[in-house]
Amino acid sequence: MNYTWNWGIFWELNPEGTGTYLDMLLMGLRWTLATAALAALIALVFGSIIGVIRTLPNRGLVLAGDAWVEFFRNIPLLVQLFLWYFVLPELLPKAAGMWLKTLPNASFWTGAIGVGLFMSSRVAEQVKAGIRSLPRGQSMAGTALGLTTAQTYRYVLLPMAFRIILPPLTSELLNTVKNTSVALTIGLMELTARTRAMQEYSFQVFEAFTAATLIYLALNASLTFLMRRLERAVAVPGYVTGK
Amino acid sequence: MFQFDFDIIFKTLPYLLREGMVFTLTLTALAAFGGLVLGTLLALMRLSTLPGLALFATGYVNLMRSLPLVLVIFWFYFLVPYIGQVILRTERPVEVGAFASALITFTLFEAAYFSEIMRAGIQSVPKGQLSAGYALGLTYRQVMGYVVVPQALRNMLPVILTQTVVLFQDTSLVYVISITDFLGAASKVAQRDGRLIEMYLFAALVYFLISFLASLLVKRLQARTAIIR
Repeated sequence: MNYTWNWGIFWELNPEGTGTYLDMLLMGLRWTLATAALAALIALVFGSIIGVIRTLPNRGLVLAGDAWVEFFRNIPLLVQLFLWYFVLPELLPKAAGMWLKTLPNASFWTGAIGVGLFMSSRVAEQVKAGIRSLPRGQSMAGTALGLTTAQTYRYVLLPMAFRIILPPLTSELLNTVKNTSVALTIGLMELTARTRAMQEYSFQVFEAFTAATLIYLALNASLTFLMRRLERAVAVPGYVTGK
Repeated sequence: MFQFDFDIIFKTLPYLLREGMVFTLTLTALAAFGGLVLGTLLALMRLSTLPGLALFATGYVNLMRSLPLVLVIFWFYFLVPYIGQVILRTERPVEVGAFASALITFTLFEAAYFSEIMRAGIQSVPKGQLSAGYALGLTYRQVMGYVVVPQALRNMLPVILTQTVVLFQDTSLVYVISITDFLGAASKVAQRDGRLIEMYLFAALVYFLISFLASLLVKRLQARTAIIR
């Protein structure tokens, strides 16, 4: 192999003038984290609403929920990001389109919202499955106690459903983190994009990609660890994951 | 407001389909097949009693599943020429075509996901089947090849097909190494003629229709196999 290794490259200064190459990658990690955090929040909020809607005894609402899920699930994430980034501003009225185009950090907002909506369809599937997995008697008991539908969901169904779906939600959270890398196509300088930039500046392909790989692995491991802690903290004794 | 130009889609449709969609579908089919074969082997390794094999398979699957596909695409794009050089003992890194590079990447990446599906499938086959096979005097290879894996495949068919639909959508990510798949072709036309809106909306519609119809078929299949079991 005629490849010149140089692991010291991380401590050399990058040509962007933002410190060392390591600083550059860590800056990328920060954007990855920020994008993933906002995307996860959006996915959780919209996913929960849509997931709940799809279990309600109202055909219209169920249909709307199904349409939401099918729309966001059946178009590749990359195409969705292109739709939000390139197409949406043109289809809006002129003033709104201009405002969107000149927004500072547009690729961050578009990336986070795009990934968030994409992931919301998966979260909605999990939430629906979680609610469905509860015995029918639980909602009946809620009704028998005189709770309204909203109260039944708030105090009886959702607390259990969310505990049940915590493990699959963890993997969706990890998917959210991974999917933020797609936003490099619309110019978001997250971890993978910075790794590419480092490779182009320094020609040290394998050092750069090894570092990115290790950072992603560490990120995955810590998120998994935190979610396991959360699972144990909220476990109900004698039920599902509880002791 | 914006004026739609449907003409551009009709005019470029032959190019989009012949250049783009053929690439996307071929890549999806070959990577799904290769990934399934490799994934099944990984699942068997992972369930084997040889600790070295199990450890290797577990490590490989967990590594692949922790990394973003975009990063893996870049990894192989740069790595494959060097691997080729080592295997073929050539002087310089081997030049690999765009299609081969993408195919290798997606096969190896999807193998990790298919391996998890097949592992669940193999574990869903009752233990008695295995014992019955060995009692009949079949070897490990025969028990797995004729008894366990066929049933695992059948039980997991809906999941395998769903994963293939996901793969079909994921192939659009070859965009990052400038390969002309369906989205790449649409994007080229879009940028050449300044028709981003029509082309991206059309691409979204095509991806949606194919994925949606495929998922519907999978659901039907699932209902049918569920009754027979």
